[in-house]
Amino acid sequence: MIDVTDLRVTFGQGADAVAAVQGVSFAVRAGESFGLVGESGSGKSTVLRAVVGLNHDWTGSIAVDGAAQGRRREKGFFKSCQMVFQDPYGSLHPRHTIDRILAEPIAIHGLRDADARIDRVLRDVGLGPQFRFRYPHQLSGGQRQRVAIARALVLEPRVLLLDEPTSALDVSVQAEILNLLKRLRAEHALTYVLVSHNLAVVATMCDRLAVMNRGRIVEEMDVEALRRGAAREDYTRQLLRASQGYDRAAADSFKDFA
Amino acid sequence: MSDKPLLEVENLRISFPTRTGVTQAVRGVSFTVGREKLGIVGESGSGKSMTGRAILRLVPPPGIVTADRLSFQGEDLLTLPEKRLRGIRGRRISMVMQDPKFSLNPVMTIGAQIAEAYRVHSSAGTAEAKRRALEMLEAVRIRNPERVYGLYPHEVSGGMGQRIMIAMMLIPNPDLLIADEPTSALDVTVQMQVLAIMDELCSRRGMGMIFVSHDLNLVASFCDRILIMYAGRVVETCRASELHAAKHPYTRGLLDSLPRLDDTRDELPVLTRDPSWLES
Repeated sequence: MIDVTDLRVTFGQGADAVAAVQGVSFAVRAGESFGLVGESGSGKSTVLRAVVGLNHDWTGSIAVDGAAQGRRREKGFFKSCQMVFQDPYGSLHPRHTIDRILAEPIAIHGLRDADARIDRVLRDVGLGPQFRFRYPHQLSGGQRQRVAIARALVLEPRVLLLDEPTSALDVSVQAEILNLLKRLRAEHALTYVLVSHNLAVVATMCDRLAVMNRGRIVEEMDVEALRRGAAREDYTRQLLRASQGYDRAAADSFKDFA
Repeated sequence: MSDKPLLEVENLRISFPTRTGVTQAVRGVSFTVGREKLGIVGESGSGKSMTGRAILRLVPPPGIVTADRLSFQGEDLLTLPEKRLRGIRGRRISMVMQDPKFSLNPVMTIGAQIAEAYRVHSSAGTAEAKRRALEMLEAVRIRNPERVYGLYPHEVSGGMGQRIMIAMMLIPNPDLLIADEPTSALDVTVQMQVLAIMDELCSRRGMGMIFVSHDLNLVASFCDRILIMYAGRVVETCRASELHAAKHPYTRGLLDSLPRLDDTRDELPVLTRDPSWLES
């Protein structure tokens, strides 16, 4: 479904150039849930943004659903590939009602029966029609993230790119959103690419994952290996250890991986 | 370790009058802190941060703070004149905030800010303050203190910014440190290193610490004792090592809803909130 080969993204020019992504390749099969894990600055979000077309300056090749992608995306691309952002407080227009937020992608793509679509997608994400004419500030963080998911789903895409979809939420709300995303994937046969720094979230959500550090993929593994803690690379082992709570001895043994 | 607690809080209440009535953010919280690491855990809106702020009388207006007792080493923090309070705030009790981006002065160099924190609370001269600031930067494991001393906050990473904040808060050698989500903006490995620094300083100087966080596992592995807050009340208190045996359904619900690395559950249990939790 998604094929990325030798993706490179550089920001800035000359002496100030920062190579954020340095030759990343991975493939995601249709219906699979793929995790991209790494610390801040590892380039995981940049990879996602390049795939969805929010970043124009990249080299390498990106193919989604068999179609090679250029610098700019065709309108039709977004019918099959949508993104959910990290911060539900920032990603919804504060002065548009939920109805208007959800109607916009339908209008852009010239689809019919907007009413029925909005109604259906709101039910799908567990909000119900009573939320339709509210504004984002009238909703809680979890409800807003549901709206963001609804906006991505309203075009009935096949691929959903999720950039830290629960890191701004409380743990009890996180569980609700993760359950929702799991159910939606099963019902609509969606393909997910999930970016997260939280290994436990990736362990519950994904089939396979890639660990990134400093713009490169360090290791690819399936989720079974992650659950067993069977990492090949030192970097992944350190990340695993750091995710398991505070441990004085472990903290002293940490080192930087270049 | 002295037996007398550093801080005693009894029946702390914080309320905010609004157009639609009075909102009670904290509703009768009592606890004591000795020379130990006390964790306060809860979700957003549980009142955990407000509790930390009330100790330093930093609740923003129009918030109203009342308590039967709010005393630090025998001094009543509620009635202490502002001038005397300044001798405690920052000097004997200091507070590390969540986000270094908003808590450091953007137009002052890092070194100048740390040195200022020291000079305000002691009679040291400029040279002495600089020497102490460099020592402190080294203590929080900043590799090149001389270089970092002259940098501005926007020139350092989030992890380094947080370590700088900690250095600034620890330089007056406080007895009690209130840390409000000090590591939640950091990567897991940096988070561990920052915690190790605070842990070491706690044990070496016999400092008390209040660690406010939403991260149950982190608090359980880092602190000695934990308060779990829900809707402005403490619903459960336990030793950190016994968190997994917590009894209150809210704590249990929170623990269950956390995804785990070895998770094979198809669906995560979702917390169902019982209105009776608001009462008891």
